[in-house]
Amino acid sequence: MGNEEMNQKTKHMLQAPNVNSHQKAAVAKGVKAIGKKKDEEEGLDTAEGEEWMQGKTLVKPPDQLDLTEAELNEEITRVLKASNPNAPQNVVRYSFKEGCYKPIVFVDQMAIHFELEGNLVHKESDEGRRLMAKQAEVDDGGGVERPDNVAIKAAKREQKLTNQFNFNERASQTLNNTPRDISCQTEPPPRANFSATANQWEIYDFYVEELQRREKSKEKHEGQFLNKEEDKSKKKMIQAETQNDDISQLAKVVKIIERMVNQNIFDDVAQDFMYFEDASDEFRGEKGTLLPLWTFQYDKAKSLSVTALCWNHKYNDLFAVGLGSHEFTQQGGGMLLFYTLKNPSYPEFIFNTASGVMCLDIHEHLSYLVAVGLYDGCVAVYNLKKKTDQPIYNSRASSGKHTSAVMQVKWQKDDLDSNHNFISVSADGRLVSWTLVKHELVFTEIIKLPVIDTIPDDLKDVIPTVGTSLDFHKQKDYSFLVGTEHGKIHKGSKYYSSKFLEKYDAHFMNVTRVKWNPFHPDVFISCGWDWMVKIWDQTMKSPVFTFELKTSVTDVAWAPYSSTVFAAVTTDGKVHVFDLNINKYEALCQQKVVSKKTKLFNIEFNPVHPIIIVGDDRGHVTSLKLSPNLRKKPKEKKGQDLPKGPEVEIAKMEQLLSSMR
Amino acid sequence: MLDIECAGAEVEETIKRIQSQKGVQGIIIVNAEGIPIKSTLDNSSTVQYAGNVHQLLMKARGMVRDIDPQNDLTFLRVRSKKNEIMIAPDKDYFLIVIQNPTE
Repeated sequence: MGNEEMNQKTKHMLQAPNVNSHQKAAVAKGVKAIGKKKDEEEGLDTAEGEEWMQGKTLVKPPDQLDLTEAELNEEITRVLKASNPNAPQNVVRYSFKEGCYKPIVFVDQMAIHFELEGNLVHKESDEGRRLMAKQAEVDDGGGVERPDNVAIKAAKREQKLTNQFNFNERASQTLNNTPRDISCQTEPPPRANFSATANQWEIYDFYVEELQRREKSKEKHEGQFLNKEEDKSKKKMIQAETQNDDISQLAKVVKIIERMVNQNIFDDVAQDFMYFEDASDEFRGEKGTLLPLWTFQYDKAKSLSVTALCWNHKYNDLFAVGLGSHEFTQQGGGMLLFYTLKNPSYPEFIFNTASGVMCLDIHEHLSYLVAVGLYDGCVAVYNLKKKTDQPIYNSRASSGKHTSAVMQVKWQKDDLDSNHNFISVSADGRLVSWTLVKHELVFTEIIKLPVIDTIPDDLKDVIPTVGTSLDFHKQKDYSFLVGTEHGKIHKGSKYYSSKFLEKYDAHFMNVTRVKWNPFHPDVFISCGWDWMVKIWDQTMKSPVFTFELKTSVTDVAWAPYSSTVFAAVTTDGKVHVFDLNINKYEALCQQKVVSKKTKLFNIEFNPVHPIIIVGDDRGHVTSLKLSPNLRKKPKEKKGQDLPKGPEVEIAKMEQLLSSMR
Repeated sequence: MLDIECAGAEVEETIKRIQSQKGVQGIIIVNAEGIPIKSTLDNSSTVQYAGNVHQLLMKARGMVRDIDPQNDLTFLRVRSKKNEIMIAPDKDYFLIVIQNPTE
């Protein structure tokens, strides 16, 4: 650029000589700015050439710009600057402070044209002095000291080496500190080994617990204010429990173990109970036998006699035994025991009563409610769920209580207010209904037994007719039968409180039991001290069947599986089993089941299993298994399906009855 | 409080009854950790029974619950030539009764 400008200007100069002086001055000034000697020389040359060539013709170089006159005349100002045109103008440096590239304004404008390093050392400087000293020593001829020798040799060496870069190696030895290890040991964090198994049931347990916890917390939230006091008492309870929790927790387990031990001891009995079927029955024709199974006895009941037996309908292995005394002169305390077939050695429940138990009944649906009639005329209701020894209801304080022994109690269906109620008959001749209302027994008199004609009129109110037995019809539960001491059976209805519907002259002596047939609606059975067992059709005044068993019959019971099978017990310790379908005149089995001089007082069939229990006057209860002959179902005709159900039983009975009419 | 005391007494009575039954050789009550707390046998036998039964019980219980978590073990009978060992577990304890059934 400069060249061209210069060329242009010189050409200008050539064409217009009057501008010569300007041109020269410009040239002289432009030396520093441009710094190109050649141009200067060229300018000088051309200037000289120009002077030399003034007289000659103008020679144009071939590549000269053609400019117009105006352009040629144009004045171009040239400015001298102190800036280096070759220095970069747009240097950018990265600024760490601002984190971006920033242009640097002040750029070094110095242009170095020539550099030459000199080899002159100042006299006063260290190096100068050293060199001078060296030279002086060399002149003196060298010293004796060793370090000086070394220094001299080094100096000589140094002198020999002419190193362009004047390299100096300097080393120094520093003092190394002795290394020391400092370490510290901390106590390791306490460790404990944890191991667990993750089974399906552990996971299940955890979830169940979690659910319970949540429910509890919900309950707490809901009943927070009200339950504060309760919680306090609960806390006390919990503390007490944890103190005494040693053995009492084992109650259930111990019970199971006891039963297991008993099962082992009575293993053969248990096997017989379940599986044994007397094969010899086939050879015996019609007759059957009773196989003795377990005997239930309780030490403290030794002096008492069994007065009542009742199976529990819900738990078929549980039965209740009422203990007291039949003798008027030997009255003492009484007991109510519950046994289960699973544990023959000890009763499940034991209740002591003030007076002898004469009768008992277990509620059909709520099998924990037991009604008990006592010899002193009281009735009591026990709740098996409660752990107390006392009955939950007692008619002791009630005004309508019986004045004489209660002979029979029977639960009824709940009344309209859904209160439980039961009916009792007693030796004072009254039938009373008791209703369980809240904490009381409320009595309602139903009917009074009619006095027999032999008693003179003026004593009729005083001497009652002792009612000895009571039974309610299975289907029409308003209809009932009452047996009396005089041998009469009265049929009554709950709806008629003034009069009985029917009277049967059943026995000459005490009627000990009267029972409706579980299947046939018209049939009932009665037994008494006059050695007779009689089967009646309620529509007929005279019995359909009569059996004479050689001693006083104390109890009779229908079998729950057949309408024609019944069993009776007598005071000579025998059990008589009849099946009217098979033999209308004789018992299929007459077996003595207890030892000499023991009287049997009660018999009951198990609702499910083919066993019967009999109670004797020693306080023992014996269980017996019925052999197959005693449990026969009617033979099916070939090709015909065996019909089942109560209709069959009814039909069977009906057939029998019609044959007798 | 009375209820708990009665329960404890009842349990003691029942244990005595079991002890007096025919053929029963011994009763051991073991707590959840496998330590016998009451026993009618001598010490070494007790410890032996307790330790071994504990393992067996855990295994049996685990098996029953593994198959159906809602199920639980009620009791375990181990009948051997000489006698029968009956084990009934509870939540925190278990009871071992050794009986000779054929006696």
